[in-house]
Amino acid sequence: MADKRLSLDELVGELHSGMTIGIGGWGSRRKPMAAVRAILRSDLTDLTVVSYGGPDVGLLCAAGKVAKVVFGFVTLDSIPTDPHFKVARQTGAVESMEVDEGMFYLGLLAASQRVPFLPTRAGLGSDVLRVNPTLRTVVSPYDDGEELVAMPALRLDAAIVHVNRADAHGSGQILGPDPFFDELFLGAADRRFMTTERLIETDRFATEGALQTMCISRLLTDGVVETPGGAHFTACVPDYRRDEAFQKEYVTAAGDGDAWTEFSRRYLDVDEADYQAATATPSGEVSK
Amino acid sequence: MTADSGVSRAEYCIVACAEVFRGDGEVMASAFGTAPAVGARLARLTFAPDLVLTDGDAALVDGAPALGAPTSTLVLESHMPYRKVFDVVWSGRRNLIMMASQIDRTGNQNISAIGDWSRPKAQLVGVRGAPGNTVNHTTSYWVPNHSTRSFVEHVDVVSGVGYARAREAGPAATRFHEIRRVVSNLGVFDFETPERSMRVRSVHPGVTLGEIAEATGFDLVVPDDVPETRAPTLEELDLIRDVLDPRGLRDREVKQ
Repeated sequence: MADKRLSLDELVGELHSGMTIGIGGWGSRRKPMAAVRAILRSDLTDLTVVSYGGPDVGLLCAAGKVAKVVFGFVTLDSIPTDPHFKVARQTGAVESMEVDEGMFYLGLLAASQRVPFLPTRAGLGSDVLRVNPTLRTVVSPYDDGEELVAMPALRLDAAIVHVNRADAHGSGQILGPDPFFDELFLGAADRRFMTTERLIETDRFATEGALQTMCISRLLTDGVVETPGGAHFTACVPDYRRDEAFQKEYVTAAGDGDAWTEFSRRYLDVDEADYQAATATPSGEVSK
Repeated sequence: MTADSGVSRAEYCIVACAEVFRGDGEVMASAFGTAPAVGARLARLTFAPDLVLTDGDAALVDGAPALGAPTSTLVLESHMPYRKVFDVVWSGRRNLIMMASQIDRTGNQNISAIGDWSRPKAQLVGVRGAPGNTVNHTTSYWVPNHSTRSFVEHVDVVSGVGYARAREAGPAATRFHEIRRVVSNLGVFDFETPERSMRVRSVHPGVTLGEIAEATGFDLVVPDDVPETRAPTLEELDLIRDVLDPRGLRDREVKQ
């Protein structure tokens, strides 16, 4: 069986400027933040980011990596909005495709199934159709004749998700209560990457959780990277909860130029090992 | 038997939110904001025993836990991750109370952005599920700060779809569309008029129609006789105060 293990740098090396990149997780939950931080350190630019948005979107916007965001929301969950994304939108720094979060799901599903669109009521009558003039409706070919939104496939050049456990062959295990849409991000993408809290032997999955938690098959992945604490500061239950104190620090720093420079110096202009050290508690125990 | 004296404004709002769920049987209640969250639980414990509540994460819960009850104390009855939430939304077996940063005369709601969408004055959270929710199942709104900034002639970005916009979009949009209520800190509103424009359904005790008109950026339909919002029964008041919101979170959302 193929050994799909990569380093973070190797993962980023597979990405190119101008790509459309899907990022798994939801809001400020189980985001592949180590990979996002690695992108921040790279010279990648002009990306289209497709995300159930959280701080991944905010950080990438703040670093000038983003040309366009495809989203239904961008939220930090316990804090309603991301400050960097707000600035990016309000200054017109990024282009946007804003759709209903169910339309977003159907766009990923259509891409996964290799069909051009999927029909839905979601979007009808709303400004989603006004602000996305390329969206089309479709008339049912059956007797009902209903006119529905034709949500186009959200095809991705690459996707990155973060899971609790994975093996070297690219099977992944999500131990938290919600797998979100990670499978569909991977299914919609040409190049598929998974970061994980811990790489384990395949025969250990069954001791970690029930069969249903083994929800990412190796059919869906090209590369896997072990990144302990790799979702920090977003939640990665049951391994750790959201680091609310750090998230507040992020939001506070984002509102102030000098504070943001200092935040970047301490946490972003450093490699992943130094980031993990800088965000660990003094006792050495990770404060997540 | 009611308990008119000593009932807070927040408690009237909770009862008004609970009433949104009356008569719906076995549907999934989703409720954003404190008064809606307590209201849905109150309905579940009293007149809507078949209502299905969520834990706010990825499960359905049995009973009606207090606000902020530790996860370990909840009795879970089913798995409800986001992907399955959409199955419920699109099946129509859901009744939702969302918040609204702006709401207008025909029930359009905005949570996306203030100002011009292409370069907004203020970026909000995003349309979220509002477009799909409103054309698939019953939706109501909770506005804890009724003012001319929240009740506007036209919302800036139509996120949740109101009656006129649904009608324009055609039968596929109107088929399962119902904006049932708007509950604010001042009163309760509905769209039970021939033109489907917003009507005063009841005023909370202590609020005048004049105050409501002054805080609203468009002309409301005002019937000849506008009742006061129903008071909680003694049983309901005990449930609100002792069981569902013992820490008094409701008074932080709505003052007085």
